[in-house]
Amino acid sequence: MEILQLLGHGLVLALQPINIALIIAGVTVGLFIGAMPGLGSVNGVAILLPITFLVPPDSAIIFLAAIYYGAMYGGAISSITLGIPGASTAVATTFDGRPLALKGRASLALVSAAIASFVGGTVSIILFTAFAPPLAHVALNFGPPEIFALMLLAFATFVGLGGDDIPKTILSICLGLVFAAVGFDQISGAPRLVFFDISGFLHGINFLVLAIGVYGIGEMLWTIDTTRGKITTTEAKISVAGVVADTKEYAREGWRGTTIGSFLGFFVGMLPAAGATPGSLMSYGVAKMLGKDPSSYGKGNPDGVAAPESANNSASTGAMLPMLTLGIPGSPTTAILLGGMVIWGLTPGPRLFADQPEFVWGLIGSFYVSNFFALIINLSFIPLFIWMLRMPFTILAPLIFVLSIVGGYAATNDMHDVWLMLIFGLGAFFLRKFDYPLAPAVLAIVLGPIAEPTLRQSLLLSSGDPMIFFSRPIAAVTMVCAIILILLPLFKMIYDRSRGKSAKTGNV
Amino acid sequence: MTKVMSNFAKLAGAAAIGVMGLFGTASAQDWQPTKPVDFVIMAGAGGGADQIARFLQSVSEKLDLTNRPLVPNNKGGGSGAEALIALNGASDPDHSILVTLNSFFTTPLRQQNLNIDINTFTPVAMMGVDPFVLWVHKDSGITTFEQWVEAVKAADGEYVMGGTGTGQEDSLVIGYLANELGLKIKYIPYAGGGEVAKELAGKQVMATVNNPAEARGFYQSGDVIPLVAFAAERLETFPDVPTMTELGHDFAYNNQRAVVGAPGMSEEAAAYYQNLFKTIYDSEEWQSYMTSESLAPMWLSPEEQKAYWAEQIERHKQLLSEIEG
Amino acid sequence: MRLGEIVTAGVLALLSIYMMWKSTELDIGYIRGSGPGGGAWPFWLSAIMLLCCIMIAINWARRTSPPSQSTEPVLDAEGRKMLIQVGGGLLVFIGLVGFISMYGAMMLFLFYYLWFLGRHKLWLSLLIAIGVPILFFFFFEGLMRITLPKGMSFTDPFFNVLYEIIY
Repeated sequence: MEILQLLGHGLVLALQPINIALIIAGVTVGLFIGAMPGLGSVNGVAILLPITFLVPPDSAIIFLAAIYYGAMYGGAISSITLGIPGASTAVATTFDGRPLALKGRASLALVSAAIASFVGGTVSIILFTAFAPPLAHVALNFGPPEIFALMLLAFATFVGLGGDDIPKTILSICLGLVFAAVGFDQISGAPRLVFFDISGFLHGINFLVLAIGVYGIGEMLWTIDTTRGKITTTEAKISVAGVVADTKEYAREGWRGTTIGSFLGFFVGMLPAAGATPGSLMSYGVAKMLGKDPSSYGKGNPDGVAAPESANNSASTGAMLPMLTLGIPGSPTTAILLGGMVIWGLTPGPRLFADQPEFVWGLIGSFYVSNFFALIINLSFIPLFIWMLRMPFTILAPLIFVLSIVGGYAATNDMHDVWLMLIFGLGAFFLRKFDYPLAPAVLAIVLGPIAEPTLRQSLLLSSGDPMIFFSRPIAAVTMVCAIILILLPLFKMIYDRSRGKSAKTGNV
Repeated sequence: MTKVMSNFAKLAGAAAIGVMGLFGTASAQDWQPTKPVDFVIMAGAGGGADQIARFLQSVSEKLDLTNRPLVPNNKGGGSGAEALIALNGASDPDHSILVTLNSFFTTPLRQQNLNIDINTFTPVAMMGVDPFVLWVHKDSGITTFEQWVEAVKAADGEYVMGGTGTGQEDSLVIGYLANELGLKIKYIPYAGGGEVAKELAGKQVMATVNNPAEARGFYQSGDVIPLVAFAAERLETFPDVPTMTELGHDFAYNNQRAVVGAPGMSEEAAAYYQNLFKTIYDSEEWQSYMTSESLAPMWLSPEEQKAYWAEQIERHKQLLSEIEG
Repeated sequence: MRLGEIVTAGVLALLSIYMMWKSTELDIGYIRGSGPGGGAWPFWLSAIMLLCCIMIAINWARRTSPPSQSTEPVLDAEGRKMLIQVGGGLLVFIGLVGFISMYGAMMLFLFYYLWFLGRHKLWLSLLIAIGVPILFFFFFEGLMRITLPKGMSFTDPFFNVLYEIIY
């Protein structure tokens, strides 16, 4: 009862006129920052942190929460309209969002993303309100072996993602994993794979550099080549009736993914080492596995937009949980927020809920309100994004190139990475011609930096004994699930081959 | 005519004086940045060093101390090697400054091929030092340093400690403990101090040497217990925790929180930044931040900083040889 | 396409061999009592890549993958022209950043693309080519406090005036 009272107080605080104005401003700014490839909620929150000195701390927190939510919604926009994931959390959104946009259904994709984000956000805030302190202790039980097992599970849900050519798919995964290892080996404390001793490789290969190279530059070259630059653009239309129809279609097609994403995203996002990206990837994979027609995913299924989008919003709230209750940031953005709290004189940690209830519940109250306004503002901006898509292709294309290059620079502040991005873009263009699937490489570069250290930390803990993954209950269950998921398609393939070889060859 | 001429001459003279005066005041006026200052941080976003850098930046913004903003730029790659390279080759040394930690000393020593001589860098400000403390989980039943030593010896090589990457501060302190007391410790490197603190609270590791700020949350909740401080004097925040020196081992180890300028920075620019950070150091905001984060205050003049660097380089050579030897 | 397939596989095989060699700077073995060394992860994954390249080559010899059967050229004349015009444009764009700043390079690239490749009207090309960098400047430097490269020092006076405006 006391919790509800405190929450009510937080809501009243967030609904004051000045705070509503701040929420609307924050969500709008966040939306555009999130929609720029290369910029994400980290940039928005970091840059606006000093500004918060100008307003009282209560309002500052509300403003930051609004930016955070706005940016999470905005990430989907560049994934859908430009096909470039603006942040790692929005990678999975491109898988179905982009095909939908190319089919002229951009508004369906955008509406699905907005509503799924809202539902994911709401579910996660309710979970947060109800279970925050006990869940924090669950998160503490996740050591290196558990996190590694979870990463393996995330990979496993994506086994079916690659193309038909198995050696090329495996090659793509390995390439991403090796790229993830470039830079510096934390465990032995030595530089590693610094290609040609170029110092720019010391900071590793940033996910965004590969993603913008592949999806921004490579994809654009591919489009120009295959269409001979003659297409104007997709016929994207927008009307109020269209939005209503899209909402209905989303409700029919996207409920499964939204449900999966809302819950799975929250639980994975809550784990300090994992965060929102594995959460959204796993939700996509699981939604695809459990979907009515798994083969329709990746070709423009609104459920494939709903699952990662509900998950990444849900995970963003989940990532707040270890930050507030343990003082451990679950994502770079929450790390900056953590710094902000220290500046405001608050101590995040197990005592925060008891010592500073007004702050905690004020923040949660502002989550509810921000999430609601983010939905409204996002929906009202959809016509603008659709209009952008209807620009002549010869205007849109150079703008996408410019956005890609600026985004690639802003991600790391290093021209080295812009050159690397161009190389990745040209490489992706040719590899795509020869049917190499590239999505697995992009996934691998996201999951690799979590998987490798946790694998080695686990083995250090067990003195090199791999049984550590099976002797701890949470790790063991997760491992077994992952292994079954990996082997399942293999068995199916062997079964298919032995049964009817003719049917398979006929397909190719 | 002559009158006109003389008037004209007077006017010209006055104008000349005026112009000269203008230039005169301009050159007498202090140097000021003309573009945003590249405020490089020797660590990735979110870590302890990053939080301090962003705090410094926000104090500067709040008090409106600079006419151009300090723009934070995280370059944590290669244990700070990336940041050192960036500063070493800065195209505009007057607008490039770096927030450092002890990897300022260890990284050039461990990665000799970088060819970085930190003595060429320009000293700006020492903002304080962050002490290290030995922590255990409350469920271990250990309450004193002696008991801890016994426990490690009893575990015979199976005692697990967590810390930051190999060659970084945590591993040096633990390396010292292992050598000095003849202990066998299994060391697990994690990505950052916050993660290390969490691993101890979750009992994934048995002990850590976190900075007070990193372990504070779990200390307040009673999950972790401080055993000994690696500081010269007892820490204000933990008056009951003995120092290493009191226990008969002359050892103190701090992580520096300092600002340095790029090599080749002009004297005027260096003076500007020294002034700027002195103002920040004296501000109420920074002073209360140091108290709340258990930083030990330590202000050094530029000459003292140079001497401090020389001393630390020797010190780290010694400590590194202990973990590698 | 058939030639391209094996050349691509060959290039990737070379890349894997290079990465395997580079990984050996650190320990690639399984250290007793502490698990894999620092180079093991990239080394063995690169080795798998190399194996994949060999399998791709076998498929190529047996003509089982679609690109190895195709007789189409990888890039026809039109495609080559496109790649040189667009890819070359990007190359020049990035190359110029170090000299005339991100904004200047962006302006030239936009104008080149819109006017020369896109064959848009001169006024429209100029409007976008000048408007977009200005918009970017105020968004990045003013609002986001992200500084983009300013090129060589001769651009300083120009940007100093702009900084006076925004700060």
